[in-house]
Amino acid sequence: MPGAIYAEGLVKTFGDVRALDGVDLDVPEGTVLGLLGPNGAGKTTTVRCLTTLLRPDSGKAVVAGIDVLKHPDAVRRSIGLSGQFAAVDEYLTGRENLQMVGRLYQMRAKAAKARAAELLEQFDLADAADRPTKTYSGGMRRRLDLAAALVVSPPVMFMDEPTTGLDPRNRQMLWDVIKRLVSGGTTLLLTTQYLEEADHLAHDIAVVDHGRLIAQGTSDQLKARTGGERVEVVVHEREDIATASEVLRGFGKGDTTVEEHTRKLTVPVTGGAKLLAEVIRELDTRGIEIDDIGLRRPTLDDVFLSLTGHVAEAKDEENGAGSGDASGKEAVRK
Amino acid sequence: MSAVTDTARVAPAGNPVSQSVRDSMVVAQRNLIRMSRIPEMIIYGLIQPIMFVVLFTYVFGGSMQIGGSTSAVDYKNFLMAGIFAQTVTFATASSGAGIADDMHKGLIDRFRSLPMARGAVLTGRTFADLVQTALTLIVLAVVALLVGWRVGSDAPTNAGKVLGAFGLLLLLGYAFTWIGALIGMSVRTPEAATSSGLIWLFPVTFISNAFVDTSHMTPWLRHVADWNPFSATVQACRELFGNPGVSPSEAWPMQHPVWASLIYSILIIVVFRTLSVRKYRSATA
Repeated sequence: MPGAIYAEGLVKTFGDVRALDGVDLDVPEGTVLGLLGPNGAGKTTTVRCLTTLLRPDSGKAVVAGIDVLKHPDAVRRSIGLSGQFAAVDEYLTGRENLQMVGRLYQMRAKAAKARAAELLEQFDLADAADRPTKTYSGGMRRRLDLAAALVVSPPVMFMDEPTTGLDPRNRQMLWDVIKRLVSGGTTLLLTTQYLEEADHLAHDIAVVDHGRLIAQGTSDQLKARTGGERVEVVVHEREDIATASEVLRGFGKGDTTVEEHTRKLTVPVTGGAKLLAEVIRELDTRGIEIDDIGLRRPTLDDVFLSLTGHVAEAKDEENGAGSGDASGKEAVRK
Repeated sequence: MSAVTDTARVAPAGNPVSQSVRDSMVVAQRNLIRMSRIPEMIIYGLIQPIMFVVLFTYVFGGSMQIGGSTSAVDYKNFLMAGIFAQTVTFATASSGAGIADDMHKGLIDRFRSLPMARGAVLTGRTFADLVQTALTLIVLAVVALLVGWRVGSDAPTNAGKVLGAFGLLLLLGYAFTWIGALIGMSVRTPEAATSSGLIWLFPVTFISNAFVDTSHMTPWLRHVADWNPFSATVQACRELFGNPGVSPSEAWPMQHPVWASLIYSILIIVVFRTLSVRKYRSATA
């Protein structure tokens, strides 16, 4: 039996561009699939095809057990969508926005009103409920947008880059909401450019590039594919790079990469923390002053890099929140 | 699959027509709330026609020949139906800009992912614009009365006929908001919708009987003016208001302006509603 979200051979072309080039997905009920990929990889197009916003050229899609192409309206009753932009009316208050969405989900006026009040409370928006949403902060708008997607507690949710452009506090808050949802049995497809986010929230991760799935598995499986751990050293003086490189070559299991401008050297190793201690001792013996040294397990960034040949470019124009590289790093700070 | 959706809270699906009406009303309500929170848009929408009333009355009045008369009073009574009709057509720009704005901000995606009637987003918008048009007409009629416009100035009329004239004006305005809807669906930004919604309205409203006597136009231009759907409504209003009209014309719409106005407006609604809704279904933000 196919999962709550199922796609087979989805193809969508825009002019000459093959935005989707045969995407297959199968998300078991009650789980989260993280769809990961750079800008233009086909993440949003996939979501749009599955949420009835776009008709694929070919392929099959089944959501909540309903054929998306044959019965789009029935699908719309069973899904919630939170898009890349906070799709709320900025001149309406939070309450009015939610009531409108409830009514358009064909709820009765009274029920829509009660549900709106409930969601405003739940999303910590009760105090701002009767203010036009243009006075809301970016995080508040995203929360309202997510609340709008949850008005009928749909069994299947789609979130297209839900935390892009959010500050860490709001991101954390959204993550908590998402975790609560999933523990309640909702099936979720989440697209993101933040590898940390996929790592954190998703049971399974699918990596897309150029309209194709290039890898799929759990976070650990993907990391294992990429290879083992590495030692990363930042030396204090630029002149020490050559010596440090020589030291690392002695411990490493492969080529040392050097970033001149950040004075950072990285080398693949095996041996864990014990080896790290040896590296530190050796560098100390040679009199090399180090700013930072750590044992680094592969992050999803590394997975991404090795799979696609380029890094996941997060579009951070708004606030510069970067894709985290904190996970898997055991740093010893001097 | 556990259907978490609480069916008890959901209104019965009912027939598609009543759902369509209900959804359109929800969207219309949303747009009216919006409009009430951006009062400056309504105010600016009023300034232009009021300015036209005042400028045309005092600047052109006295130098325009209407049916052989150059009386400023005659021109004033002749002019108002034209200004009213022009004002209602300008609703095109606001409906186009509103819809383009929804497209631009991604709100259309939200609507399109909801189990709502397909045409309701556009129909709701046009309903809201109709309300705004009606309010504008009321204010404009008051201003027209203040500068000396009088119904029944040339021919007897009655309340029913005057209301009928305003009905035709509203219908024309409603028809033009559907043209605006299609423009809004077709352009990329609200700004483009505003300008492209207005530019073509100038020739349409000026190559007509709205401001001048068409008998002074070159024959081919007069022909265009006589068959202009916009002229039909203006002519019908003059007839119903009992205001002075232009020199008689052989053209059918000028002979039967009320029918012509009705037919033109309904035709525009049918064609542009069909095109707009089709475009909405396949729209991408």
